[in-house]
Amino acid sequence: MTTRIERRFAALKAEGRAALVTFTMSGDPDYASSLALAKALPKAGADLIELGMPFTDPMADGVAIQAAGLRALKGGQTLIKTLAMVREFRQDNDDTPIVLMGYYNPIYIYGVDKFLVDAKAAGVDGLIVVDLPPEEDVELCLPALKAGLNFIRLATPTTDDKRLPAVLNNTSGFVYYVSIAGITGTAAPDASKVTAAVERIKRHTKLPVAVGFGVRNAESARAIAAGADGVVVGSALIDVLRANLDAEGKAGPNMVKAVTALVADIAAGVRSAKR
Amino acid sequence: MTVQQQPNSFRTGPDERGHFGNFGGRFVAETLMPNILELEKAYAAAKADPAYQKEMDYHLKHFVGRPSPLYFAERLTAKFGGAKIYFKREDLNHTGAHKVNNVTGQIMLALRMGKKRIIAETGAGMHGVATATLCAKFGLPCVVYMGAVDVERQQPNVLRMKMLGAEVRPVTSGSHTLKDAMNEALRDWVTNVSDTFYCIGTVAGPHPYPAMVRDFQCVIGNETREQMQEAEGRLPDSLIACIGGGSNAMGLFHPFLDDRSVEIFGVEAAGHGVTTGLHAASIAGGRPGVLHGNRTYLLMDADGQITEAHSISAGLDYPGIGPEHAWLNDMGRVKFLSATDDEAVAAFQLCSQLEGIIPALEPAHALARVFDLAPKLPKDHLMVVNMSGRGDKDLDSVAQFLESKKKK
Repeated sequence: MTTRIERRFAALKAEGRAALVTFTMSGDPDYASSLALAKALPKAGADLIELGMPFTDPMADGVAIQAAGLRALKGGQTLIKTLAMVREFRQDNDDTPIVLMGYYNPIYIYGVDKFLVDAKAAGVDGLIVVDLPPEEDVELCLPALKAGLNFIRLATPTTDDKRLPAVLNNTSGFVYYVSIAGITGTAAPDASKVTAAVERIKRHTKLPVAVGFGVRNAESARAIAAGADGVVVGSALIDVLRANLDAEGKAGPNMVKAVTALVADIAAGVRSAKR
Repeated sequence: MTVQQQPNSFRTGPDERGHFGNFGGRFVAETLMPNILELEKAYAAAKADPAYQKEMDYHLKHFVGRPSPLYFAERLTAKFGGAKIYFKREDLNHTGAHKVNNVTGQIMLALRMGKKRIIAETGAGMHGVATATLCAKFGLPCVVYMGAVDVERQQPNVLRMKMLGAEVRPVTSGSHTLKDAMNEALRDWVTNVSDTFYCIGTVAGPHPYPAMVRDFQCVIGNETREQMQEAEGRLPDSLIACIGGGSNAMGLFHPFLDDRSVEIFGVEAAGHGVTTGLHAASIAGGRPGVLHGNRTYLLMDADGQITEAHSISAGLDYPGIGPEHAWLNDMGRVKFLSATDDEAVAAFQLCSQLEGIIPALEPAHALARVFDLAPKLPKDHLMVVNMSGRGDKDLDSVAQFLESKKKK
């Protein structure tokens, strides 16, 4: 049985282009706006959707995503509501893969077994849990694989050839290569280094490799897409979202339009990459 | 919680994956994993190297001023008419608290590992001051992350750190306190993995920190054992210490864990009261979860979001507790109590006036419970309180607290 993620990457490979993976925070700044944005993303050119599960203490995230998480929590977002949002998204979209990304504690408190059943039923395809390295695979990774969800792991510049096999061992769906040692939303990566890193990872795995951290516009996305199977963009979208909030932090009338415009621009960059 | 089956020894943890029972572990981003594994390996090698131990002993003696005295608190003992109360005088260490024991060990390890830059988080500022001090002594650049709220209420320590040449970065993310300072320190470490050593101040964080910091603090309990033998010819009957993350407590407790005759008490900060929701008592008012690299008891809401801790003591104002304490609680080996802001301030005043020792607000929480335990115990009961730090830094906070009470 293949997952939506596997099918989507296979289809794009046949098309000969890289995937555009978008990251937005579920519930930012409120449930309804965030759902409206998620629903508009595929049409704007997102091939896979990553939805953040907000957490009070996101230790690997930069200011943009930290603030997005706090806005969502302030707006009343919970893990229960994030799953509800996926269910609503699935009512009129059955083929765009959805990956939930966040930190372990809310899942642990929800209850791992119950979470996996509910996530699968809601239409979630994969999980990225930042603070679960392979050393803690028994916690969630192995149960998730058993439940039929992809468990996508981050590989970083500090993951050397000796460590890569351990990182890739239970990874499925795709590999998320974090192109810089640092938090989200910082320095742009050097495209030639990224291509070399992707080649290094591909020597160890047949899985698609998506690259994130530091992608801000069509140009940087095009450069990354030339050497990777996917390009992840997050902080840049969240910056636009934030710029379209009113003084009280509520979503302005043009929020969805502004964010999807940037997505469309970046999607054009990804699609025009020479491979 | 039901008491689990008792192990043969309470002193063998953690296992090779950093677990104390169900607690501990290595819940960190992949970027940090190679660093944490490198640290684990380097610490194991240092621990086995007599030269490292010898050098550390030298600095602890000549720079820190160890051993710290085990002091008989005669007037407090007379006042309560029960247990004989001893203070382990960590307040007399250079820099004014137990924190320096751990920092000495970690900075010497950083030097062995060839690290060029030190980062630390701090709450009350005592760990920050200790780290800034050792960095000055060994010529290492030092960045200390401190919640903006704590920068405000612990100004004397901020000035000390700056005088020592450290850079203090006020943290304005999240709730602006110790947990957010730790998040920022972790973000710094993720960004500067190759040259930076993260000097954690308590027995928490990813493996190997809880075990390593404990090992460095065990000098407290080891000395207490010898000193009590010398003073009374036997082991103490009870030990008591305050607990935020719990490093002073673990340092005193650990060498006695297998002496079943020794009763052990940890005292958490109850803030306005455990039932008010405004407290820092993770065992009394929290439940197991995962934060800052380890599984332990945490303060959180129903969705698993970490809630803010509240305590008059910045050093106890943390929504978690070291994972080994969490395990010792579940095993029933350590009994966890709590003390409110009011009780701690009352103990702070009484200790100052009867013993001529101004305690830090942190150990004042332990003293508050000593004051109700001691009167009920026989005169030959030997009780050791960890006087983990001195109170100079807290005079403003206490004065303000008393002033606001007067107005009510």
